[in-house]
Amino acid sequence: MIPPDNLLTLSPQRMAEEPYYQATGGEVELFEAAYRNHLPMLLKGPTGCGKTRFVEYMAWRLKRPLVTVACHDDLTASDLVGRYLIIGGQTVWMDGPLVAAVRSGAICYLDEIVEARKDTMVVIHPLADDRRILTIEKRGEVVHAPDEFMLVVSYNPGYQSVLKEMKQSTRQRFVACEFGYPDPAIEAGIVMRESGIKPEVAANLVKFAAMTRNLKGNGLEEGASTRLLVHAGQLIASGLTPADACRSAIAEALTDDADTLAAILELSSSLF
Amino acid sequence: MSDFGTILKELERFLEVEFSMRDVSGIAKDIAALPPKDQDFILNWTQRLSAAHVQIATLFATLAPEVARRMDQRLIEAWVMQSLDAHDRNGLQAAVKVLREVDRFIEQDHEHAAGIVLEDVRGIILTFACGLSGRRLFLDTSDEAWTDGETLHLPAIIARMENAADNFVLCKALVAMLWAQGRFGTMRVLFEGMLKDHPDPMRALAFFNRLETLRLEACISRELPGLFRDMLRIKDDVLPETWQAYAVRLSHPDATSMDSLSLLPDALQSDIPDPPCYQCKLDTDAIMKRIAEENAKLRVKLSEIARSIPGPNESPKKFEVAHDRASGEMELMLDDMPIAPPEDVRQLLSSVMLDFGEIPPEYLVAAGPGEYDPTLDRAVQKDPEQVWQGTYHEEGATLYPEWDMGRGSYRKNWCVMRERDVPAIHDGFIEMTLAKHSQLVRQIRRTFEGMRDEDRLLKRQPQGEHIDLDALIEALSDVNAGSEMSELLYARLYRAERNIAVAFLVDMSGSTKGWVNDAEREALVLMSEALEALGDRYAIYGFSGMTRKKCELFRIKRFDEPYGDEVKARISGIRPQDYTRMGFAIRHMNALLKEMDAKTRILITITDGRPEDYNDNYRGGYGIADTRQALTEARRSGIHPFGITIDKEGRDYLPHLYGPAHYVVIDEARLLPLKVAEIYRRLTV
Ligand SMILES: Nc1ncnc2c1ncn2[C@@H]1O[C@H](COP(=O)(O)OP(=O)(O)OP(=O)(O)O)[C@@H](O)[C@H]1O
Ligand SMILES: [Mg+2]
Repeated sequence: MIPPDNLLTLSPQRMAEEPYYQATGGEVELFEAAYRNHLPMLLKGPTGCGKTRFVEYMAWRLKRPLVTVACHDDLTASDLVGRYLIIGGQTVWMDGPLVAAVRSGAICYLDEIVEARKDTMVVIHPLADDRRILTIEKRGEVVHAPDEFMLVVSYNPGYQSVLKEMKQSTRQRFVACEFGYPDPAIEAGIVMRESGIKPEVAANLVKFAAMTRNLKGNGLEEGASTRLLVHAGQLIASGLTPADACRSAIAEALTDDADTLAAILELSSSLF
Repeated sequence: MSDFGTILKELERFLEVEFSMRDVSGIAKDIAALPPKDQDFILNWTQRLSAAHVQIATLFATLAPEVARRMDQRLIEAWVMQSLDAHDRNGLQAAVKVLREVDRFIEQDHEHAAGIVLEDVRGIILTFACGLSGRRLFLDTSDEAWTDGETLHLPAIIARMENAADNFVLCKALVAMLWAQGRFGTMRVLFEGMLKDHPDPMRALAFFNRLETLRLEACISRELPGLFRDMLRIKDDVLPETWQAYAVRLSHPDATSMDSLSLLPDALQSDIPDPPCYQCKLDTDAIMKRIAEENAKLRVKLSEIARSIPGPNESPKKFEVAHDRASGEMELMLDDMPIAPPEDVRQLLSSVMLDFGEIPPEYLVAAGPGEYDPTLDRAVQKDPEQVWQGTYHEEGATLYPEWDMGRGSYRKNWCVMRERDVPAIHDGFIEMTLAKHSQLVRQIRRTFEGMRDEDRLLKRQPQGEHIDLDALIEALSDVNAGSEMSELLYARLYRAERNIAVAFLVDMSGSTKGWVNDAEREALVLMSEALEALGDRYAIYGFSGMTRKKCELFRIKRFDEPYGDEVKARISGIRPQDYTRMGFAIRHMNALLKEMDAKTRILITITDGRPEDYNDNYRGGYGIADTRQALTEARRSGIHPFGITIDKEGRDYLPHLYGPAHYVVIDEARLLPLKVAEIYRRLTV
């Protein structure tokens, strides 16, 4: 069936259930303020510290649909904006996820934005400043973002590669929010809630995480994230010993270097 | 079971008594006293040894009865075999020596089989300690385990326990105890001098240490229960009743070192019980020295900050530390104004926090003029005449500006820079390095060739070996929709063109003499191998200088030069020169890089210390500020600077210079060659 106006677009759905998110600072208030003022947001922080979960939660809270795009180095502007298809001998325009999000007043989350091809920035820039417009060149169409639309991007500043730095002209368009690891008590709470393990075990996992975070720049590129703790917790909950769970879910995930790995295993066996 | 008579007869036969006329009845008596299986074993070996040399056999038979009580047969065999080996290689005396030094043999055997050699586990231990304490510590060997809070001293071989597993537990336990000394306040009692007024301070210290061991054991049992379980297994001390009561009191979660102090007078009435195997020594002097140095360093740094901030110079400036409740971070206040402390100051402050639990106000008094600065220990005095010789003439030189932090502006044409070639030295250094690291070189070539050959499928090309179906469908739809058909309908594989130009700037200052210089040269050889495999364009320059009038850049490889014999010989020829004035060198490299037509331009500096120069104000804050300014200039013109250093204190100032994540500190010079290629790989994936 040929759609009216020869235009196909997704209508992103709102989240039915409240995602579990534990606030760790003023991030919820900051996000709401940015949303009210139609400002785009940049979430900075190491991997697995709750950025994606936070955006899901905010979308639910603000009662907006959420469109998430995981950026990779083959992602082009037309992957975001859309392209023509032929359906039944007719050309039909298919909106890309970004356009679909703009049209439906959704929250669009571009994860790891620096991974995307440089030409995608041309599309994002006018959307991220006070023009709030998106140009679909092929259709000669300019889409104005409704007030409900919000652009959120994430970026991990810890990577060393010079080919993956964010340009000033991009970053200076966003309200930035820094994500770190939560306080020990809060983090233990998250791990318990996500995996169902006992408080003592969760507290020890968090202590172990702190030790690995101490090693950042001293053998590890990054310490254990909350995500890894949740993984370890889930393995423990289904019967693995804490030592085995820490090895498989955390230590091996962090490094391949034999000495560093051995030291991390010593740290975990000191705790459990 | 053989009786004395039979044994004697056998011995007389094996040891050829008819010629030597030697009385072997004493030996026979000793052997006869042994269990039968030992008797047979010894007689058997005596016979076999006599085939080698009667004297070896005799000595063995003499020693064996006693040795058999201490060593199992496997070990005795190993001992005899070692002696026979020695005989084959170095003759009778060597064999006799091995047999006579049976204790040494036992010890060695044990150490080899069961001991932990610190050097073998250095990496693990340092990482383990860093994970516990959150700061990078240093490791050194010493007969006893102790620490000043910065360096862990541990025995070179830990072999006190029966087996290797337990010795490793002991090693970890020692590290944990040393960590606990700082973490749970033992050290604090020492550096606050609470024991020094004691009539017998040495004895008081020993007793205090023993009490604290009880308390720290309890702390470890709470913080590191897994390790403590293992510690209980190797724990070997027995406590008399009074001390058991102390242990109960000190195990309370609220017990502090003050409780140990208050138990001290009572404890001194009794005998001191033997310590457990993992008790460490306390060295008050070493701790005091480290703390005094940190204090001096902090105060010098504060005075640098005070000077760099404009304001009425007469009134002394007042520093304070405030704690941000929300983030838990320390904030430095100067005359009630918050200032962002540089990374080095932040680290010093947190080290003081660890020691004292607060920042004592006297630590925040900026150093006055001429106060001792421990970071300047290395400065050497030279004859100023010599410094200036021949450097007044500025022809053939390039002039570079320098950033004057005090004035907040550039000094124009301030540095007189000359490019010079490093003399080529053909001494086989390259071949030696390649041979020394042959395995690594192979691995580097493989890795980097892999990166170069990264085939990519390029889509939407005007020509290519495949049709890009996505593009074609889209183009057909475009035609259908009435627009023109695109011609970009092909896909082709292509070798990812990296299009990177990288300049290496290597520290050739006098302080690199020896090890560091070797490591730098080896690193350059390996790096060149990698870059040749990779195909990135690169240049290598060394820098050094003495005063602004003699700033020298040493050409090792220009961008357009091939990596041939001449370049290799220049790498061989790199020798330490003078000081580390850095700004001009970075500025010159910026200029060279800017001329390169490359998509990505990278500047990598390799240094062994902070920027400094002879006898002018380039040291300290000024040099750092100028270097930072030069790096900012680089960044502004699209160059990516990256710093590699082997300076222990690099973490203090590199983040300030290069920004977070744009530097690497390598702990030891010898690791530089092993790491540098990997760093470059990570930087450009
Ligand atoms: N504040 C939080 N509240 C609830 N769960 C959290 C929180 N922080 C982390 N988590 C847990 O950690 C996991 C990883 O978080 P998430 O996927 O949001 O990380 P991320 O920051 O998006 O990582 P990446 O950068 O790798 O995409 C979540 O699935 C969740 O289980
Ligand atoms: Mg995510």
